[in-house]
Amino acid sequence: MSISIQNLNKQFGAYKALDDINLEVNSGELLALLGPSGCGKTTLLRIIGGLDVADSGKLLFHGEDVEQRDARERNVGFVFQHYALFRHMTVFENVAFGLRVKPKKLRPSEAEIKRRVHELLNLVQLDWLAERYPSQLSGGQRQRIALARALAVEPKILLLDEPFGALDAQVRKELRRWLRRLHDELHITSIFVTHDQEEALEVADRVVVMNKGVIEQVGTPDEVYAAPATPFVYQFIGNVNLFHSRDHAPWSEQHGDAVAYVRPHDIDISRSAQDATALPVEVKLVRAIGSVVRVEVALEASSELIEIELSRERFDAAPLADGDRVFIRPRQFRVFEEASAA
Amino acid sequence: MSSFKAHSVLPGFNLALGFTLLYLSLIVLIPLSALFVNTASIGLGGFWDVVTGDRVLASLKVTFTASFAAAVANAFFGLVVAWVLVRYRFPGKRIIDALVDLPFALPTAVAGIVLATLYAPNGWLGQYFAELGIKAAYTPLGIVIALTFIGLPFVVRTVQPVLEDVEAEVEEAAASLGAGRWDVFRRVIFPAVAPALLTGFSLAFARAIGEYGSVIFIAGNMPFISEITPLLIVAKLEQYDYAGATAIALAMLLISFILMLTINAIQWWASRREAR
Amino acid sequence: MVGKPPGSTLMSTPQRRISTRESRGVTLLLIGVALGYLLMFLGLPLVAVFVEALSKGWELYWKALQEPDALSAVKLTLIVAAIAVPANLVFGVAASWAIAKFDFKGKSLLITFIDLPFAVSPVVSGLIYVLLFGAQGWFGPWLQEHDIKLIFAVPGIVLATIFVTFPFIARELIPLMQAQGKEEEEAAVSLGASGWQTFFRVTLPNIKWGLLYGVILCNARAMGEFGAVSVVSGHIRGMTNTMPLHVEIVYNEYNFVAAFAVASLLALLALVTLGIKSLVEWQAKQSGEPLHGAH
Repeated sequence: MSISIQNLNKQFGAYKALDDINLEVNSGELLALLGPSGCGKTTLLRIIGGLDVADSGKLLFHGEDVEQRDARERNVGFVFQHYALFRHMTVFENVAFGLRVKPKKLRPSEAEIKRRVHELLNLVQLDWLAERYPSQLSGGQRQRIALARALAVEPKILLLDEPFGALDAQVRKELRRWLRRLHDELHITSIFVTHDQEEALEVADRVVVMNKGVIEQVGTPDEVYAAPATPFVYQFIGNVNLFHSRDHAPWSEQHGDAVAYVRPHDIDISRSAQDATALPVEVKLVRAIGSVVRVEVALEASSELIEIELSRERFDAAPLADGDRVFIRPRQFRVFEEASAA
Repeated sequence: MSSFKAHSVLPGFNLALGFTLLYLSLIVLIPLSALFVNTASIGLGGFWDVVTGDRVLASLKVTFTASFAAAVANAFFGLVVAWVLVRYRFPGKRIIDALVDLPFALPTAVAGIVLATLYAPNGWLGQYFAELGIKAAYTPLGIVIALTFIGLPFVVRTVQPVLEDVEAEVEEAAASLGAGRWDVFRRVIFPAVAPALLTGFSLAFARAIGEYGSVIFIAGNMPFISEITPLLIVAKLEQYDYAGATAIALAMLLISFILMLTINAIQWWASRREAR
Repeated sequence: MVGKPPGSTLMSTPQRRISTRESRGVTLLLIGVALGYLLMFLGLPLVAVFVEALSKGWELYWKALQEPDALSAVKLTLIVAAIAVPANLVFGVAASWAIAKFDFKGKSLLITFIDLPFAVSPVVSGLIYVLLFGAQGWFGPWLQEHDIKLIFAVPGIVLATIFVTFPFIARELIPLMQAQGKEEEEAAVSLGASGWQTFFRVTLPNIKWGLLYGVILCNARAMGEFGAVSVVSGHIRGMTNTMPLHVEIVYNEYNFVAAFAVASLLALLALVTLGIKSLVEWQAKQSGEPLHGAH
């Protein structure tokens, strides 16, 4: 089911949580809402799920206005950040809950409930935990049960609020891949909220980057990483170096008062200046970290620090030492006006 | 509606709040307002004349002095009891811990008659007091005894959880810096539990001021000597002096409010201090 | 030699380290003071109730309990509690649902109002109903005209009891439900549960221990209340005497055995209350459901 969000606004007191949001979610896609905490992403998710209401704007499911439908009637599965499992019910009863509270004439038979619940528990590979209580499960297991519970009512849309937020790094990685596989199997339109760029880039079909209640960019993981639309996206996703044009005369002439955003791996280092755009620097620190070598250099003009990443092979071909004087040249960059830069 | 209440998907707000407000108004707010309205009918001057009457002032003095003495006794012994229950192990501790709440559960009239019997000149405990030439029951001392019983759990129950939370590491740090055991208590532990102790003291004090049932049996109830203010209200009522009873009741209510505000202020101050 | 010094972790947890312990003498002194204090103020009174009740033998004890006035006092006490506790139960649940699960203006003022009866002397609690419904009260003339008696009658006793026990259950539930948050309820609603389904299947099981805790404390106070009830009862034997009032009357008639016999029933009630309270605390701890409020 596709979702269409048009001119959505939401205000909490004097604070604008969502500012004129427009977004189209395609049927069957897995979308990430990415941004720092307080950017409005969870609010947007809760409005889609019917747990909050917008002040103004339109929300359409498959072209149909769902404004008047409350959470019960939206057929949306919601997975909460802290799972919100019913602590006094077994895993089985948690998953069965959505089926048991259906109106009598729609409620499946006890045998059917049993079959469905076990099917779902098998899907999340936790059938063996059916009789346990939530307090007896690990974080990762709770997360998967919460997902199974949401899927039990056969939602047309699945919403996940920071699904891996409370888990440790190892479990997070595993669950990420697992969620991706599950989505490929079920193809339910899914939206998940995260503040972790790696998570968004690895799992989602498309990423929506939000900041201060505004959508900064919508695109595939590759697009938002390789072609950030705004300075915020540049800084939020991946590492970036800032070059101020005022520090370098040739640039200033070309771009006026502007800032160039350059990824650490998009910078070349050479022993001699090849043209006027090369900048003289001094090597401050060389650190080999796994497969890459990180070099920290200081601009001679302003002594600002610049971070550069080289592959190990490249570094070995032309090794550097602390104190070397060399020249750097950005290979790829984007220029934003000074005022718009954060 | 939207500005009064934040949106929520959960139902039942109007029903629940509506019922709450209705019930609260009928049972508490309207009846309590009767005190203010009826006092207004005798005017501020009349109110002042009643509450500054000799007998009223004497009863207030008895009530406050006895309540304060009982609260002080409970502050000291309550701290010792809380300390012993948190820090030491001994047989029967769990039962004793549970028994601390007895004054909350035992009807005040029962407490009253049994304390009067125990501390009467020929009672189990009263006889020893009598030997020392001290009359316990039917004197202001009897009032203090009853109020001590009533207020006993407050200090214990407010101090206990705080004492449990004092980290062993902090004490160890103090000890490793050369502090003796008494220094550790005085400089590290006591400041940590002081706000809770003060809260417990105030709660016991506030409860004692309004107490009636446990006191009247042991007090002797002699005007100007061992007559507490709540009893004076009852006496006025029995003489059909409704205006007098109402005025004294209002005075007590205002005193209770001030105490309640004080307690809240202490807790607010303590939580702020903790957060720093 | 790297590695842990042997035994260091074993020593530290079960008992406090030597540097943070008092000497044996001080320890014994403190335990002695605490137990002596508790014995004098709690132990002896409790024992004395039963000793006095049985001082003239079982026969007189039984007789005192079987007196018609005593029996009617027991009956009235049960009736009063049977009305006051459920009334405050419904109120407590409604108030805590509104306060804990929703955000609205004036919430802290409402909580203060709910606490009010705790700040009012029991005698004053009775007095305010006399001012409203007594012969000279606001509604007195109207009630007399319609031949309705509230004061010096059972309804007044019930009202005064409801007033003094008003905050017990709400006060227990509000912090408990606030601590539990509303995510589980939101999850239930998003799974299609109706309001009542959400309440009965999700909320109620989560607060059952706190609720029971509040109910038994409320019940103990309802059955034992003296001051407020005394003011509105009129002390009509066999009609408007609750157990505590009956105790007072027979005590003032120097019928000590009878007074302590009924008092012993109330003391038993207190012990049962403490027993259930400890049980509930233990159960709540076992099930990992926090209980708020120490009293």
